[in-house]
Amino acid sequence: MKILIVDDEKDVELLFRQKFRKEVKSGVLELAFAFSGEEALKVLDSEHPPKVIYVFSDINMPGMSGLELLNQVKNQFPEIQVSMISAYGDSQNYEKAMQSGAKEFFTKPIDFESLKVEVNKLIESQK
Amino acid sequence: MNLGFILLILLFYLRRPMGPIEVSAEWKRIINGGMIAAGILWALANSGILIISQIALFLNFGLGALIVYITLRNPELQHRKGMIYAWMPIMALMVIEEIVKLISPSFFESIEVYLGTATFFAIIWAIVMWINNTKQRKALEQERLKVLQKEKEYKVTEALKAQLEKQVQERTKEITQKKNELEKALKELKAAQNQLIHSEKMASLGELTAGIAHEIQNPLNFVNNFSEVSSELIDEAKEELDTGNQEDAKEILEDLKANLQKILHHGKRADSIVKGMLLHSRSNSGQKEKTDINALTDEYLRLSYHGLRAKDKSFTADFKIELDEGIEPIEIIPGEIGRVLLNLINNGFYAADEKKKELEKEGIKDFMPIVWVKTQKIKNGVKITVRDNGKGIPKDIQSKIFQPFFTTKPTGKGTGLGLSMSYDIITNGHGGDLKVTSQAGEFTEFEIIIPQTTES
Repeated sequence: MKILIVDDEKDVELLFRQKFRKEVKSGVLELAFAFSGEEALKVLDSEHPPKVIYVFSDINMPGMSGLELLNQVKNQFPEIQVSMISAYGDSQNYEKAMQSGAKEFFTKPIDFESLKVEVNKLIESQK
Repeated sequence: MNLGFILLILLFYLRRPMGPIEVSAEWKRIINGGMIAAGILWALANSGILIISQIALFLNFGLGALIVYITLRNPELQHRKGMIYAWMPIMALMVIEEIVKLISPSFFESIEVYLGTATFFAIIWAIVMWINNTKQRKALEQERLKVLQKEKEYKVTEALKAQLEKQVQERTKEITQKKNELEKALKELKAAQNQLIHSEKMASLGELTAGIAHEIQNPLNFVNNFSEVSSELIDEAKEELDTGNQEDAKEILEDLKANLQKILHHGKRADSIVKGMLLHSRSNSGQKEKTDINALTDEYLRLSYHGLRAKDKSFTADFKIELDEGIEPIEIIPGEIGRVLLNLINNGFYAADEKKKELEKEGIKDFMPIVWVKTQKIKNGVKITVRDNGKGIPKDIQSKIFQPFFTTKPTGKGTGLGLSMSYDIITNGHGGDLKVTSQAGEFTEFEIIIPQTTES
């Protein structure tokens, strides 16, 4: 199972790789990273059909914002689920994300426990 | 004609002033005495009493000789010399006449004709002398009038001078008062200006707050997350060691080391942001210090972007940063240059966002606002370029944008001090240059040039 994490902070990659170390090692989870909305769309567009089944995206990024990415993904790849991660846990962003079809809305600092629960649910459903 | 009478006339004239010349009170007293003596002698000489009139006559001779002698010898009576010379022949003839008469009346009779002739010439002499003297006196009189005139003029001038002096004093007082008032006004204006500058700083700090919160939150999140995951990794490493899997344990240790470096990096990042914020809010201008221009530029670009993002959720923009790694640390006041960067970058995002909004009204939705920030090492300094693809600045107002209080933003959105303060910081504060090039509807580009100061 492959998931894509989108964030303009590059250190997020290291963090996710360590957090999901066991899952990645055992081969149940594959991680992909993109550092902007545009790059994320390229990654998704590179495989047909995309292997990625779930996208975690930051909202606040230069260029294409996470919310725009959400819309684009929902348009081009309706089967992929998208959850938002934002430093601003405000209702305005939350409502916009939910209206656009986001699955979950996580706030920063990322609570990896709840994120793991979400990922584990995915892994379970894939079995 | 009688000698006594002549002496009275002489004394009378000696006493009178001649032109500007006046005899002293001392001499007047002496002359008064002489006049009384002459009067008495004249009366006695004419009394007809034989012996007494003779004695008086001779005393008159003595007095006459004394007057002539004193007048000719005394410097203070020099001006009457002419008169004495005029009368001297007549007086001499009279004396001779009297003496001859007394000694030998018969001889007197024989020379009376000659004496008469001599007297005639003496009188002509006296007349000529008198005319001459009168001329001199008139000249002196003229002189005296002139002196008087001058004195009068002098007095008038003095009065004028006094009046002028008074006026000057009054004016000086007025001017001093005005000067004090102006100085006070200037002081108040300066205080107001400082207050305004401080307000502007505080206002931009306010704009920054959200960006700063985001920029501090991010590294803090990493610090927390990496610490947490590191603690988990230690447990995992223990497990691996327990199962004898040395290779994996080593790998985990490498990761741990990397994590600690990340923690340190993000801790420092938060630290520098807080320091930058303190520099920004400081009301005094701060000290010049060696600063990494690239790090500063990057930091303020992020602060600007995240600040605007946080304030306006619908704000979307992109930025590109191009840093010249060859730039060495340069002496600047970091807070001040940061303020300039923040101002220029904020303006760039604002202009590009405005253009996006305008295009959206016309139905064009795919415009992406972009701000490019570029640092470049140049000869003797650095160049920082801030460019946006916004509305641009029309030619006719390009020259006004650095003027204080000039703003095109709607009321309440801008103080009009940002660019003028930026200009002041770059040119006066750092001896550099701030230039603008723009094309209405296309782009605006600001170029900051900061020279490398040679003094340490």
